[in-house]
Amino acid sequence: MKIVVCLKEVAGRDTRYRIEPGGRWIEESDLSYEINECDEYALEEALKLQEKHGGEVTVLTLGRSRAEKSMRKGLAMGAHRGTQVIDAEGRATSPHAIAAALAGALKGEEFDLILAGTQSDDYSYAQTGVILAELLGLPHATIVMEIDVDTEASQLKALREMESGWFQWVQLPMPALLTIQAGIAKVRYPSLKGIMQAKKKEIRQIPLEQLSIDWDSLPKVEVRRLYLPEIASKAEMLEGDPSTVASTLLEKLKKEARVL
Amino acid sequence: MSEQVFVLMDHGQGQIRSTSWETLRMGQLLAAETHASVTAVVLGHQVRQLAEQLASKALESVLCCDHPKLTQYDPDTYCAALGQLLEAEQPRLLLLGHVYQNIDLAPKLAASLGTGLVTDCIGFKLQGEELLFIRQMFRNKLNADVAVQSATPWIVTMQSGAYSADELQEGQARLEERQLSLEQVSARRRQLEAIEGMKGSVDLTKAEVIVGVGRGIKKAESLEMIRELASLLGAEIGASRPVVDNEWLERERQIGSSGQNVAPRLYLSCGISGAIQHIVGIKGSQCIVAINSDPNAPIFNVARYGIVGDLFEVVPALIKELRAAKS
Repeated sequence: MKIVVCLKEVAGRDTRYRIEPGGRWIEESDLSYEINECDEYALEEALKLQEKHGGEVTVLTLGRSRAEKSMRKGLAMGAHRGTQVIDAEGRATSPHAIAAALAGALKGEEFDLILAGTQSDDYSYAQTGVILAELLGLPHATIVMEIDVDTEASQLKALREMESGWFQWVQLPMPALLTIQAGIAKVRYPSLKGIMQAKKKEIRQIPLEQLSIDWDSLPKVEVRRLYLPEIASKAEMLEGDPSTVASTLLEKLKKEARVL
Repeated sequence: MSEQVFVLMDHGQGQIRSTSWETLRMGQLLAAETHASVTAVVLGHQVRQLAEQLASKALESVLCCDHPKLTQYDPDTYCAALGQLLEAEQPRLLLLGHVYQNIDLAPKLAASLGTGLVTDCIGFKLQGEELLFIRQMFRNKLNADVAVQSATPWIVTMQSGAYSADELQEGQARLEERQLSLEQVSARRRQLEAIEGMKGSVDLTKAEVIVGVGRGIKKAESLEMIRELASLLGAEIGASRPVVDNEWLERERQIGSSGQNVAPRLYLSCGISGAIQHIVGIKGSQCIVAINSDPNAPIFNVARYGIVGDLFEVVPALIKELRAAKS
């Protein structure tokens, strides 16, 4: 079974975001980057499926050239090869554009299954995977928490997360695209051997310009301004050393809020 | 004719979903500011009674699209149905709730129509003539004003809780049926059984006091102090999603949109940043306390008392105080 996993590189979880002077994006200098959380879960699930059914796992990314580091981590976790679309100018920012580029990079590739994270930790649009499925003419399911593949029948069952603790099984013919929810499996750490092997694995690099995307035909969705939200907090902030705040809090919970 | 704003009304078990009512309110506000009219759309089978409920709201019209193929949701059929309706009616905007079904549907619809889509919005604003949509980005820490340039209808999904359904304007709406031809559509995806995953030993919905633990706890071993704190407070332990994703606690303890909704007297959150999916699950709490190291964490927006600090210092201090009070 051939599986493609879409990986996106995003600013790390502990980032204190600063907004660049133009007010449209964050300051990218000095940030550390990591694989988007849902995407890492998607890769883990792909590796598990490959271990069970055979075949190979390709990681696919679009980003600046620095994204190679995240690709190498994916390869160290066990992916077999990588395809990296290099967007040197940061042109593909909308989900339509990113999906168009990923679809372009997959032209001529064979695959049975594409896994993508449900959403990214930067834009959080939760669109790219589904748009990619539509561009490739594939059936899809989103927010998936379990996958059961029947390779002989060339179909799969996926468990979609729903509201209020409910889940829904759906059945799809393959090839198909699934967007993966965080928590689908416990993500492995790359082994030392994996890290060594990853250095030699192939990454095919494609400059974005080579994909001849018709930019004017794509819907444009643009960030006009990025800003800190107004603090809506009415919280009473308790200050002092830990033992002071602890005793103040308990006092207030008993006498003011009367909830203890 | 003025421009039209369409709102898709989701439903389940014969009821219109709360997020759709809220989104309809956003439709009314947006229409008032842009001199447009609002139309509610109901898709499904035997849904006339739902459409009738909408006829008493201040809307231009209610469009009821009834078809046996729309009995259950699948993306191919629903996308074809909405596509047909939108091409015939040509609204400027389609608003939907940012709920599980529409996260599955809206991007497919936008891609098939070649129109712009803005997801998970919390509001809108007019800047001159330009309509901008407000949404959270970067782990909910920053807001963005987003503009669309594309053919219409633009598609916009709204976060639950962004608008208040209580403020919906009453009135009268014309109820109309629309026939869709879906005979040619073959659904590739088949819906199988639904299961209730949270059925377990832990019922947090009735807990009076809950200690909520988030990613800030960093590892399973550190939960020991949370257990001690909970036991001193007579509290249940609840968790935000990352904690169960990492298998530090069982999934039955997850609070939020994909877990349980709780309404304790006291919710003491430790190391929870406050993603919207968690907030919706705790907003029924009488008193929320937040302990977090990041002063910008959104959890402080819903808390009554906040402590910016290291939970590995604050929690032991609380334990010490509570122990001293007991003895």
